[in-house]
Amino acid sequence: MSPRRAASGGRIDRARTIRFTFDGQAYTGHAGDTLASALLANGVTLFGRSFKYHRPRGVLTAGIDEPNALVTILAGDVREPNIPATMVEIYDGLSAVSQNRFPSLGFDIGAVNQLGGKLISAGFYYKTFMGPVVGPLKGTRFWMFCEHFIRRAAGLGSAGHAADNARYGKMNAFCDVLVVGAGPAGLSAAKAAAAGGGRVVLADLDAQMGGSTQWSGETIDGKPAAEWAQALADELAATPNVRILPRTTVWGYYDNNTLAALERVADHKLTPARGEPRHRHWIIRAGSVVLATGAFERPLVFRGNDRPGVMLASAAERYANEFGVLPGENIAVFTNNDSAYRAAAALKQAGASVAAIVDIRPDVSVAARELAAQAGAELLLGYAVVGTEGGKGLSNIKVRRFDNAGTLSGEPRIIAADCLAMSGGWSPVVHLASQAGGKPVWDAERQAFLPPSPTQNWIGAGAFAGAADTETAIAEGRKAGEKAAGEKASRAKAVKVFAPALDPNPAPYREVRADGKAFVDFQHDVTAEDVRLARREGFLSVEHLKRYTTLGMATDQGKTSNVPGLAIMAEARGLSIPEVGTTRFRPPFSAVSLGALAGERYGELRPDRLTPMHDWHVEQGARMYAAGLWFRPQIYGHPGETVEQAYVREAKAVREGVGMVDVSTLGKIAVQGPDAAEFLDRVYTNMFSTLAVGKARYGLMLREDGIAYDDGTTWRLGEQEFLMTTTTANAGKVMQQLEYYLDIVWPELRVHLTSVTDQWAGAAIAGPKSRDVLAACVTGTKVDNEALPFMGIVHGEIDGVPVMICRLSFSGEMAYEVYCGAGYGLHVWEALMEAGEPFGIVPYGMEALGTLRIEKGHVTGTEIDGRTTARDLYLDWMLSKKKPFAGSALMDREGLLSPNRLKLAGVVSLDGRALNGGAHVVTGGSLDEPGEDIGHITAVCYSPALGKYIGLAMVRGGKERIGQRAYYCDPVRKRFGPVEIASHHFYDPEGSRMHG
Amino acid sequence: MLITCPYCGPRDLAEFTYQGDANRVRPDPASTDHEAWYDYVYQRANPVGDHKEYWQHSGGCRSHIVVVRNTMTHAVGSVGFAREHEERKSAARHKSGEKA
Repeated sequence: MSPRRAASGGRIDRARTIRFTFDGQAYTGHAGDTLASALLANGVTLFGRSFKYHRPRGVLTAGIDEPNALVTILAGDVREPNIPATMVEIYDGLSAVSQNRFPSLGFDIGAVNQLGGKLISAGFYYKTFMGPVVGPLKGTRFWMFCEHFIRRAAGLGSAGHAADNARYGKMNAFCDVLVVGAGPAGLSAAKAAAAGGGRVVLADLDAQMGGSTQWSGETIDGKPAAEWAQALADELAATPNVRILPRTTVWGYYDNNTLAALERVADHKLTPARGEPRHRHWIIRAGSVVLATGAFERPLVFRGNDRPGVMLASAAERYANEFGVLPGENIAVFTNNDSAYRAAAALKQAGASVAAIVDIRPDVSVAARELAAQAGAELLLGYAVVGTEGGKGLSNIKVRRFDNAGTLSGEPRIIAADCLAMSGGWSPVVHLASQAGGKPVWDAERQAFLPPSPTQNWIGAGAFAGAADTETAIAEGRKAGEKAAGEKASRAKAVKVFAPALDPNPAPYREVRADGKAFVDFQHDVTAEDVRLARREGFLSVEHLKRYTTLGMATDQGKTSNVPGLAIMAEARGLSIPEVGTTRFRPPFSAVSLGALAGERYGELRPDRLTPMHDWHVEQGARMYAAGLWFRPQIYGHPGETVEQAYVREAKAVREGVGMVDVSTLGKIAVQGPDAAEFLDRVYTNMFSTLAVGKARYGLMLREDGIAYDDGTTWRLGEQEFLMTTTTANAGKVMQQLEYYLDIVWPELRVHLTSVTDQWAGAAIAGPKSRDVLAACVTGTKVDNEALPFMGIVHGEIDGVPVMICRLSFSGEMAYEVYCGAGYGLHVWEALMEAGEPFGIVPYGMEALGTLRIEKGHVTGTEIDGRTTARDLYLDWMLSKKKPFAGSALMDREGLLSPNRLKLAGVVSLDGRALNGGAHVVTGGSLDEPGEDIGHITAVCYSPALGKYIGLAMVRGGKERIGQRAYYCDPVRKRFGPVEIASHHFYDPEGSRMHG
Repeated sequence: MLITCPYCGPRDLAEFTYQGDANRVRPDPASTDHEAWYDYVYQRANPVGDHKEYWQHSGGCRSHIVVVRNTMTHAVGSVGFAREHEERKSAARHKSGEKA
């Protein structure tokens, strides 16, 4: 028999023994135990060491509000830290360890921090280490040196480094009514809401539905409360339109009644069942929401209130009634309200003796006196606990007289107790209502923040809404459920609850002031004195108080410390609590696993876009690289070739013979309709209405602010039909911009846009022999200069497949783009390769394509980079003077015409070394002390046509500097060398080759 | 946040692209009034409360819509097709121009 397990009672399964370890030591518990209840049953009082002072800490609560008893759960190499022991359901094989102690929980070196405790007050580290440099031991550098050691000594559990192999799931759910919390109010609300037939979801963070009925000891409808709740839960489980989510914490309330919840599907098992995720992230869109989230009990603030053995009265009651565990044998109670009296009676009934009930109030209700008598406890009214004694567990408490003004008097009296059950009143769990919008409202009678009036579609019920007792909670819950489901209030008989008639209002919340540490935030070790220090140093508002002392900023987010902290600040400032301020809560309500948020979506999430010829490229040994979502061939390397050798070979083949490149990735937009030509005139800087059918034109688009946006060729396929091509990178953005123009700027234009990027496969075939290749395989049309002049379009067939051929050139050679339906892309590509074989055709990749365009001085996204104008790129000739176009109004602003702007130029390496993109262009100097910075290099290559390393650059003055000596300077890669600034038209500036 | 696309029905925010303030008026294309263009391209109010703005249902029907959204609460008031809105707006401009 475990030392602290009561002989009978509790809702645990005593027939089932569960074996687990804590800090390596084996323990047993029963099915239904939490790690906290099982360890308490085994007589364990010490659960961890505190954050800053390394003080011994026990368990304070029995639920999700636990600040002290945080443990790390081990599963193989995976460790999950900072889990409240009160929320861990034990299972065979569970392995948990305590945190923030070295070398062991019992003997902890860090505990010396307590001796210098006065020193380590709020802001201590920052004041000490981050001040101005005075002597050798201050300043930021010193802080940076010390930070590692400080962070190691202060803190919570540490995460592991092993990959988390658990599965996580995600669920989108829709319901008419979401009920949060399955206590008496929530269960009643769910039943009432379901009666109308709507879809109801009932979520509760515990494994069992029922909330406080599990341990209240009350009688509902003549049945023990827990049985009443179980019957109702069973009934709901059998109702087809109700979904019950146990072990599910609703943690976020977002816009449009969208709520987020975490279901801990398999945390109560050693391994999840087949296919089962460990956690599931729920996104619930609810028509309306019933918030029945209950209330958290508050600790009292007095000296030594953190000693192991001091816990909330409701927690002690819950351990006794729900788990059959006595948190002590000889228990004292300290309270400012009636609810703790019920705990005292329950503890007595479970087998403990209750030494005394210490109440700061001078008088209490009749019901409370009766419960005190049942508990056999000495009643000390008008007294307060002023201190606690003991080592790793409590041995005595010290009490003194305490009056309304908070003044202590009389000699201290010592009372032996191994557990102190305390209650500072109750705070409704208003977090979700606050997240939904709205500020909680202070209720002076209840000494609590009640929920705000709803700003979204929710209805509150039960202790959350301030209900005084279970009977009210059930009645309110039913009403809330009916209202949420849009039903009229029914006249069903009220449920009778048998419970003592306790006074729901506590005494005004007040700290018991005495020398020594009285904790407000247990998890972050914030004391009452720290709050006063914050005030003295000018941190008056709630938000400043929080940030200066870190009150409420730990993993428990101040669930137990919020009101006590405000009360102490209010007293120090001589204000009321609502005058000091209200904390607004943000999601999440409690910790959420990142795995659950990711679900199955982790790793590489972007889709891959592959052209129809992708597999061919790979088979031919192409090295593929990513261009946005697309994959394109970089080079088709031969064995033993470097990248440079490969692209030089490919580019040379194009200049001397013929080559072919996959251009399927270009953005393609079908622009159709009676006003299509007019539309293109408005979006392009140049004219398209004058373009003849069967011809193509190079077009340039500006942004509304006059900066160059995108370029490409547009083909006129019919009077009212154009095929626009865009750069690969901008395809989506250009489409969106054109849609914007049509919907918003020119809704009167009769134009339809269709993205056809994926419908057409394209191959560009370039080089002096390109026409010969086409002539060898194209049927149904001639391809000679007359039938297919420069920028002309013909329709024909290649090996039975209809194709569209446009003669245009990016490489500067005679070249054609051949388009066919994407499904035939590979077929046509292979037919072209076969036809080209006698002419020595080679496939070429992006490196060679880039080389050819640099030699020609054609611009791409590295020059059209969102900073350059058409004039900067010497594309003035494309700016029509005959019509306005998008960007025409602002493109000639003074600053955009400045002679100091960076303009396009070529650079030629003079030292025979490769240039690199991103290097600066400077007038002289050296790597360490470069001269005047006049621009930067945008693209580089080895030019087989020139036999030199060349590049394009944006240089101040542009063409004016042609012939000047400058230097490339790349401090990152430590490169510096001479260049000559040249025309960006390196090769065939007259364009005779492509027109031939 | 949910937006009720007039064509597709209520859809999640993730399906939409924000396309800017719907109150601004694009100057006449031929206008060289730099001030007017400057206002159109750069100047934006940052109001508290209801704000008329363009959204595109880019993950759906691709329509541009005009949404009145409360910038404090994200509550969506009215939603309509941008085309209809713009046609009305330009008709109204045209009419008032005639009077002047």
